[in-house]
Amino acid sequence: MSTLAIDKGGPSRKVKYGSMSRDRTWALRWSYFFLVLFAIFFLTPPIYMLITSLKSSAEISAATNPWWVFHPTLSNYVELLTSNQFLRFFWNSSIVSIVVVIITMLISIPAAFALARMKFWGSATLATGVFLTYLIPDSLLFIPLFKTLGVVQDLTGITLLNRWYVLLFIYPTLTVPFCTWIMIGYFASIPKELDEAALIDGASWLQTLTRIFIPVALPGLIAATIFAFTVSWAQFLYPLVFTTSVDQLVLPVGITTTLIKGDVFNWGQIMTGALLGAAPPLIIYAFLMDYYIAGLTAGATKG
Amino acid sequence: MADVALRKVVKRYDDIEAVRGIDLDIADHEFIVLVGPSGCGKSTTLRMIAGLEDISDGDIMIGGDVVNDVPPKDRDIAMVFQNYALYPHMTVAENMSFGLRLKHYPKAEIKARVTEAARLLDITDLIDRKPKQLSGGQRQRVAMGRAIVRNPKVFLFDEPLSNLDAKLRVQMRIEIKKVHQKVRTTTVYVTHDQVEAMTLADRVVVMNKGRIEQIGTPNELYHKPATRFVAGFIGSPAMNFIPCRLEDVGGALQIRLTDRIAFALPPARATRYNALPRTDKLLLGIRPEHLTESHAHLGPGVESFETVLDVTEPMGMETLVYFGLDGTPICGRVDPNAGAKDGAPMRLAMDLNNMHLLNEATGAVL
Repeated sequence: MSTLAIDKGGPSRKVKYGSMSRDRTWALRWSYFFLVLFAIFFLTPPIYMLITSLKSSAEISAATNPWWVFHPTLSNYVELLTSNQFLRFFWNSSIVSIVVVIITMLISIPAAFALARMKFWGSATLATGVFLTYLIPDSLLFIPLFKTLGVVQDLTGITLLNRWYVLLFIYPTLTVPFCTWIMIGYFASIPKELDEAALIDGASWLQTLTRIFIPVALPGLIAATIFAFTVSWAQFLYPLVFTTSVDQLVLPVGITTTLIKGDVFNWGQIMTGALLGAAPPLIIYAFLMDYYIAGLTAGATKG
Repeated sequence: MADVALRKVVKRYDDIEAVRGIDLDIADHEFIVLVGPSGCGKSTTLRMIAGLEDISDGDIMIGGDVVNDVPPKDRDIAMVFQNYALYPHMTVAENMSFGLRLKHYPKAEIKARVTEAARLLDITDLIDRKPKQLSGGQRQRVAMGRAIVRNPKVFLFDEPLSNLDAKLRVQMRIEIKKVHQKVRTTTVYVTHDQVEAMTLADRVVVMNKGRIEQIGTPNELYHKPATRFVAGFIGSPAMNFIPCRLEDVGGALQIRLTDRIAFALPPARATRYNALPRTDKLLLGIRPEHLTESHAHLGPGVESFETVLDVTEPMGMETLVYFGLDGTPICGRVDPNAGAKDGAPMRLAMDLNNMHLLNEATGAVL
């Protein structure tokens, strides 16, 4: 019986290793194939935008090859970047997104910490509830939200509607639930012994949060920050509904409402505005990715 | 430094009683080991001393003060966890000094204490590394260092060596003993490994099903176990339990194991067991080390018998032999040169001077 095992073991093992490496090669080939496919699929629109943004209106309306610029010009960029209106949209978007990120983090981090670690009555239900609120689409929420803010405005006498800062109250309804949910996951993955060790070392809950949890869960925090910023920056429906005056608009709404006049589309500037609008999230991504050190918890505990 | 006392401590989780009224006095400087199978309540007891679990009933005192409602940070204890629980984003020095920094100790003193602890644990070279750059044994040293720098009243160890490989475990066991000899801090140590318990402890607390089975020095537990559980738990391979009964034969007391095998009890044992009813169902407890190969000149109280071995396990310095007596599996330890072979007959000697007699129904050692 043992001879049989050896006979079988020798060659079959060799074949197995061979087939394993062959499987791996094929897996690599397929993954590159699909990666290239997806890269082409996702990069085509931005490239098309870039090409169009470098064309004059005349060249765009002339039916030349849409994938080639014959007379490149920066006039669209110059016009947009010197227009007070566009800079105003940009400024509104920036201030709204940055403040929303700060508000979101100030609420989400303590909320997630409490829901992940302090076992209190109904904490599990509350954690699920937080996530469920995220599942309600904003297209359902904007009318009741509008009515609510209208009532608040009437009661307090503070003008909220058609002011850019109303978005600071509205956007967190989108960002807080999701960021809290992400952070609950990250905090829950931190070994329980770590906060017990901190507790014994003399840390208060707040110190445990600021000195242990936040540094350890930094990758999660950054993921949540990126999410909150992207959602705020790209939000279209809420600013469209809640702000109408040109000087109160944020970038996505501003571009579409001012650069589309009736059925006249100023394609060159629309594409330029969209490209310029896409730049800040890209920069933030690139900047924060450096800090996104995966596996930061490695070494805290065994395994 | 302080003594620790537990008075009728109970821990209930909903309907389950994990710890059922424990009384324990731990003297200053003492090294106590709580040992028992998983689920016996030893870790829960430790966590109650630490303040990480509430006490359902009873009192816990550290240094004479009842600490039932004192939060962990004010109990002046330090704990070493099974999985080390090092702060991953801090260096070794920062890990060790975290508690001191929270209490705003002067910088110079923090540095002095960390340096001293690092020297004691032989991790001076690692002081600027992050935990992920350390091996398991080094991490456990850092975890101990974090406990030592605080200079607490009590050290609590929760299975600190379970994650290490066998060789490192033996090495760290010695380290822990050395450290305790130097710092002399009262220590409560939880483990499921009876070898660790025996080697480290001044006194061992054997726990089972939420209760204390026996408290005693390692030697007391080995030689005078109070219950069947302790007798079977301490010692490896475990003690054999052979159903038996007492008989009077010609005025002498003898113990009958099978229809074929009966031994006269040594005089000291005969006097001790004479009052027992002859009808009781009893168990003879005999450790494998007291079941050896027979030879020509057996001492008093050593009886020999013939058996057929099922399996033998050569360990190098000894050979473990397994056989059955009326269906009861039994293990003995014989000299590697005694010629023990699988399936072969062998004459073995049982040292009745080291026997235990247990009541089969109650499990009490008589």
